[in-house]
Amino acid sequence: MARRYDSRTTIFSPEGRLYQIEYAMEAISHAGTVIGVLAKDGVVLAAEKKVTGKLLDLSGAKEGGYGGSGEKIYLLNSNVIGGVAGYTADANSLVNYARTAAQRHLLNYNEDIPVELLAQRLCDMKQGYTQYGGLRPFGVSLLYAGYDPHYQFQLYHSDPSGNYSGWKATCIGANNGTAQSLLKQEYKDDIEVKDAIGLVLRIMSKTMDSTTLGSEKLEFAVLTLDSATKQPKAKIYKPAEIDALLQSEGLGKKDEDTEMKAA
Amino acid sequence: MECSFALTGKGYVIVAADTTAARSIVKMKTDEDKIKSLSPHLLMAYSGEPGDTVQFAEYVERNIRLYQIRNIYALRPSAAASWIRRSLAESLRSRKPYSVNLLLGGYDTASHEPHLYWIDYLGTMTSVPFGAHGYGSYFALSLLDRYHDPEATLEEGLATLKRCIDEVAKRLVVAPGKYIVKVVDKDGVREVEL
Repeated sequence: MARRYDSRTTIFSPEGRLYQIEYAMEAISHAGTVIGVLAKDGVVLAAEKKVTGKLLDLSGAKEGGYGGSGEKIYLLNSNVIGGVAGYTADANSLVNYARTAAQRHLLNYNEDIPVELLAQRLCDMKQGYTQYGGLRPFGVSLLYAGYDPHYQFQLYHSDPSGNYSGWKATCIGANNGTAQSLLKQEYKDDIEVKDAIGLVLRIMSKTMDSTTLGSEKLEFAVLTLDSATKQPKAKIYKPAEIDALLQSEGLGKKDEDTEMKAA
Repeated sequence: MECSFALTGKGYVIVAADTTAARSIVKMKTDEDKIKSLSPHLLMAYSGEPGDTVQFAEYVERNIRLYQIRNIYALRPSAAASWIRRSLAESLRSRKPYSVNLLLGGYDTASHEPHLYWIDYLGTMTSVPFGAHGYGSYFALSLLDRYHDPEATLEEGLATLKRCIDEVAKRLVVAPGKYIVKVVDKDGVREVEL
């Protein structure tokens, strides 16, 4: 029965479902996990990279650019960081659209786009793809970690149907149920960024398949306020910085030499 | 001739404009309100070519209202000023530009600060502590430079405005007789008697 209704996004099935959207969401639940936590003085994002391997050339992510390997975490505007789960190719086009929308707002109003407005702009586009034109919706969920003077720090989630919602802590991608329930247990309303970083990394290490965390499997970003200028400061960690952070949180790879000495 | 003044103070902006509508050398009426409330915390005094002024002010008013309905939040004064400036700059480069000068006063509910913007028909915009348009500005600006205090209370601010209006009445040949005065602060927009 379903087969007659799932070849087009525009057609409801007799049970009132849009199969293509459900399939898109299914695709996302196999993608690399992205966790976002809203703290009192900032927002933390962490993402699991799925595309790895010895032969993959990651030298581009090591230096230059603004941090991030261009797979999971992107700078959408100076006040918003986006974390994506799903099809990277679809995500690229959405990230491009988000950056254009943010710059258009800057041009018209000479201010950084408010976070919820940016989420809305993307959701309007995503919703369009569930109704007109093409054959399939965007296979991407996003987390938006941002700051604006209206509501200070914010964390939003949007899915392929074009729904969006604000969160204190949330998770998308593989194992999101496990991470979600861990967040529910451990999240506190007055959490600070330094504790949120620890929380995110601990949950990440529990939900990921690999035993040890490392920069080749992880992307990480923090949005805070610059103490001098009071402007939002988006920091997307470079691989070396991620490894240093994991070391300081006691979650990094153990140095074999020191282990040998201890034994 | 048309005069408008505006000044900031501690948590407020005062905007004043004359109320004469004139054509050539004839006063047509003396109770025209040339200050529009664009949003609960935004005031705009307009002067310039009659007709252009009202048309442009209504265009701005409707667009700012539309933004407020479409999006979750009202435009902040700085964003509204930038948008208005851009509209004027685009109009200037069209076949028939608006010749409208503006004073935009607003209270930013996000940062809790008053803001005043001086905008002219060429699309010049500056954020100022006080400002004026028209012949009155030649007399008022020096007074405002001497007496303006960003920490002044509303009473002191109104007294400074009174000085400007009195000086213009005393020295300017074509001084307007009546003014309308509006204030915007954390409680919103209201008209005050001088």
